[in-house]
Amino acid sequence: MLLKDEVGMLQRVPLFSGIEPAKLKLLAFTSDRVSYGAGEILFRQGDEGDAAYVILSGRADILVDSDGGPIKVAELVPNSIVGEIAILCDVYRTATVRAASPLEALRIRKDHFLRLMREFPDMTIEMVRVLADRLSHTTADLIDARSAKQ
Amino acid sequence: MEPSLARYIWTHTKKQQLWILVIVLLSMIPYFMSFDLPKLIVNGPIQGKGFEQPGATQPFMRLHYNLPLIGEVQFFSGFQLDRTTTLFALSLVFLLLVIINGLFKYYINTYKGRLGERMLRRIRFDLVDRVLRFPPRYFKRVKSAEVATMVKDEVEPLGGFIGDAFLQPVLLGGQALTAMLFIVVQNFWLGMIAAVIVAIQIVLIPRMRRRLIVLGRRRQLTARALSGRVGEIVDGIGAVHVHDTSNYERADIAARLGLIFKIRFDLYQWKFMVKFLNNFLAQITPFLFYMVGGYLVIQGRLDVGQLVAVIGAYKDLPGPMKELIDWDQDRQDVQVKYQQVVEQFTVEGLIAPRIGALTIDDPGRMTNPLSAIGLSMTDDGGAMLLDRISLQVKPGETVALVSTSTGGAEALAEAFARLNWPESGRVASGADDLLELPEAVTGRRISYASSDVFLFQASLRDNLLYGLKHAPLTSVTYDGAAADQQRWNIDEARRSGNPDLDIHSDWIDYASAGATGPHDLFEAVRQVLDAVLLSRDILDLGLRSSADLTRHTELAGRIVELRAALRAQLEHEGLSGLVVPFEPGAYNKEATIGQNLLFGAAAGPELADRALAANPYFASVLRQAGLDRTLYEMGLEIAEQAIELFADLPPDHPFFQQLAFMSAEEIPAYETLLQRLKNRPYETVSESDRAMIVTLSFAYIEPRHRFGLLSDELMNKIVAARNQFYEDLPPELQNAVERYDPAKYIAAATVMENVLFGRLGSNHPDAPDRIRSIVYDILDELGLYGELLDVGLDFNVGAGGRRLTGGQRQKLDVARALLKRPDFLILNRPLSALDQRVQEKVLQNVLEEARRDGRSPAVVWVVTNPAMAMMFDRVVVFDTGRLVEDGTHETLLAGRGIFKELLS
Repeated sequence: MLLKDEVGMLQRVPLFSGIEPAKLKLLAFTSDRVSYGAGEILFRQGDEGDAAYVILSGRADILVDSDGGPIKVAELVPNSIVGEIAILCDVYRTATVRAASPLEALRIRKDHFLRLMREFPDMTIEMVRVLADRLSHTTADLIDARSAKQ
Repeated sequence: MEPSLARYIWTHTKKQQLWILVIVLLSMIPYFMSFDLPKLIVNGPIQGKGFEQPGATQPFMRLHYNLPLIGEVQFFSGFQLDRTTTLFALSLVFLLLVIINGLFKYYINTYKGRLGERMLRRIRFDLVDRVLRFPPRYFKRVKSAEVATMVKDEVEPLGGFIGDAFLQPVLLGGQALTAMLFIVVQNFWLGMIAAVIVAIQIVLIPRMRRRLIVLGRRRQLTARALSGRVGEIVDGIGAVHVHDTSNYERADIAARLGLIFKIRFDLYQWKFMVKFLNNFLAQITPFLFYMVGGYLVIQGRLDVGQLVAVIGAYKDLPGPMKELIDWDQDRQDVQVKYQQVVEQFTVEGLIAPRIGALTIDDPGRMTNPLSAIGLSMTDDGGAMLLDRISLQVKPGETVALVSTSTGGAEALAEAFARLNWPESGRVASGADDLLELPEAVTGRRISYASSDVFLFQASLRDNLLYGLKHAPLTSVTYDGAAADQQRWNIDEARRSGNPDLDIHSDWIDYASAGATGPHDLFEAVRQVLDAVLLSRDILDLGLRSSADLTRHTELAGRIVELRAALRAQLEHEGLSGLVVPFEPGAYNKEATIGQNLLFGAAAGPELADRALAANPYFASVLRQAGLDRTLYEMGLEIAEQAIELFADLPPDHPFFQQLAFMSAEEIPAYETLLQRLKNRPYETVSESDRAMIVTLSFAYIEPRHRFGLLSDELMNKIVAARNQFYEDLPPELQNAVERYDPAKYIAAATVMENVLFGRLGSNHPDAPDRIRSIVYDILDELGLYGELLDVGLDFNVGAGGRRLTGGQRQKLDVARALLKRPDFLILNRPLSALDQRVQEKVLQNVLEEARRDGRSPAVVWVVTNPAMAMMFDRVVVFDTGRLVEDGTHETLLAGRGIFKELLS
């Protein structure tokens, strides 16, 4: 896949939809293209967060450790971004991400990512929107879980 | 040190000074003979005196003297020579005298020079020897750069003066006195005139020069302070930048330079003023002679002949006088310099020479307990660090010293290591005062490591083994020219009062490291490195550096085996995709186009980096392969893309790390170049512009940069060009590149590159870590782990060890202390740069390592964290300079003292 194709992919990621193509090209160029076989680990829960990943092709599972072994909590599809929380909050990885099929991804390093957020408010707002959306979902799930318990 | 320079010189060189004086006096004979000879030649054969008759002869070389009472005695009647032959004979004698005079001068100058250089060597050595014997507190007040200038620069002029120190006044004084006497004999009053002027010169000039000496002294002091400050700036450059004080430093240096300029200018002004006066006085005498002498002639009280003779004789007076005054100035100048230096090097409480005396034999173990008896220590300002402490450490005991922030345990550790001297009380080994024991005992049987590490600018190995180099243990045999050189070295060293210890001898005390020689020392080294957890760091350094193939032959010899093992292992783990190997007939997609073309490691500047594209031979190969135009167009495309991507970014933007083609500073240059070259036909582009553009394509890696510029056809062409390049490689480039050969070790590449023999795939972010751990495993399996560690030990640690991290330096210091296998191991917060977990691990390892092979040294450890005290037999707690608790870990834990408090 060439740089210009990657730019096309990135444009389809909601997070980057507001960024002009030239800047997306720069982002793609300065990021690493990485590929994984099925079952390979992108990062593990508890690792230090040094990069975020944009899935270009393939699928991946998000797993969380529990007493009974890892539990799959979500699945990643192409054009989704993962790993940005550890970068933003300087916390350890909150989950493990494992490739479920052969996977191509763009690895955006932490300092590059933060720099992008500073330079492109549109992207930052989109980022906040995505996070808020997740939070509201999580809150709804929590309420469901609590009411189910009672 | 001897405060008077004259006495210092006389003590060490009196024989030589007397000898040279005799030689100089001897040289006067041919010198005066050569004065007389021209008269003989002119009057005799040339003007014909004594040859009035044709065919007349004169005796030549007739030896006859008028002796008192006996009358004329003839020793030799001489040869009878005619006029022409006499001319030739006398001229030849003149030539002979010229040669003899020249040889005398040559001998005297060489002799004086050598005398001076030997003395200079002696003084310098004496000074450094003193530095080695200064008491510890002195070093808190002195700047190293100042000491270095004193030893190097300030004593330098002494060398030139020493040869003339006694000779010059005797000689010049004699000449001046003779001339003076001659004048007085001719006419008493004229003699008096000359005497008065000379007296004025002698009294006035040195007096005026006194100010010169004062200025000279100030010049010396300010220059020394300047070099001290420059040294400080270099050492403290980090602090300068961190605090934005570079302009403060600039101001300080400028102010100092201003002061030095003023002093030097004053010096010049005054010097030329004195010179003017001196010349004036010298010239005024003839004026008086003409006036007074002429008046006397007119009066008839002096005849013309006498006046002419006096004026003639006076010509010989100012010369020696001036030189004598110059000598005197030199003397004072040098004396001042010498005194200045000696003052700085005269310190009370110098360590006695016997303490540091050379001891070749093993001094035996320290079996007595080490004790502090009523020990008080203060810091430089006089504040009390330890207050009358008494404590005994028995052999074999492990003691943790726990200290509150003002506790003073560090001071105790320093006292045990002799690094600081007691204010009162003493440190003793058995009944002996520790400070009275020779360093050969304490330096070999006590080890010390602290958080404040000093490393020498040498390899890791040299630094590690430094603690074993106490005495030259082998006598090296030299043959041929080397033997002569060695004899000369020893002879000269003795003549200058230097020791004749051979630096090339093997100084390493293998026995104390538990080894028998160089072959099994490495095992001991490896043990201590493992103990302080430094091996991994050194292995990493080894992988990243290129091995010295004269030393590490095994690595090179088994490289094929290593590469095969790596491939097999990668295959086995299903990781073959991690590395794309270099294959002679194939294009390596993970390598740059430049690497694929050169297919070798540049071993010289001719084909390295940017020089590659500009190399004429390389360019011609590209042209033949039909690649020049393709790569040029590719370079243009890359330039366009790169500029489009990066042109708007500020030069310090982190994204630039990703731009392999050009640096941020080069972008504007490429922008204008691109403007200029756009739509220009290839043929009209100059060679240097082409090289600029083609270079860009050399850095291109398709999977990394993803511009889609590489086709199969192009790759084939590049492989063909590679072969072409090596086929016709001109002889001058033979040594500039080492071709990649699967069966050969590449000396110019790092060990890692050699083992890998390929490129890491760019789409596996964790590839480097995985590969490294696989490489370590393989090296271990093949028994090459030690070899790689040895490569790592070649790493130069840089000035003060700054190329290592703080933690690595501290680990190295502990390893060095362990390697010596001491009876007492003193560790003073040795690992403060490491985190708590690693500190504890190293502590445990060190205690184990110290006791390996049935040894049981005493360990005194000033711990950074009270929790670490658990691993020791005994815990001693200090607070505000006092020993407050002493007992086993359990008893102290059971009590309610400070220790309990510190722990919670």
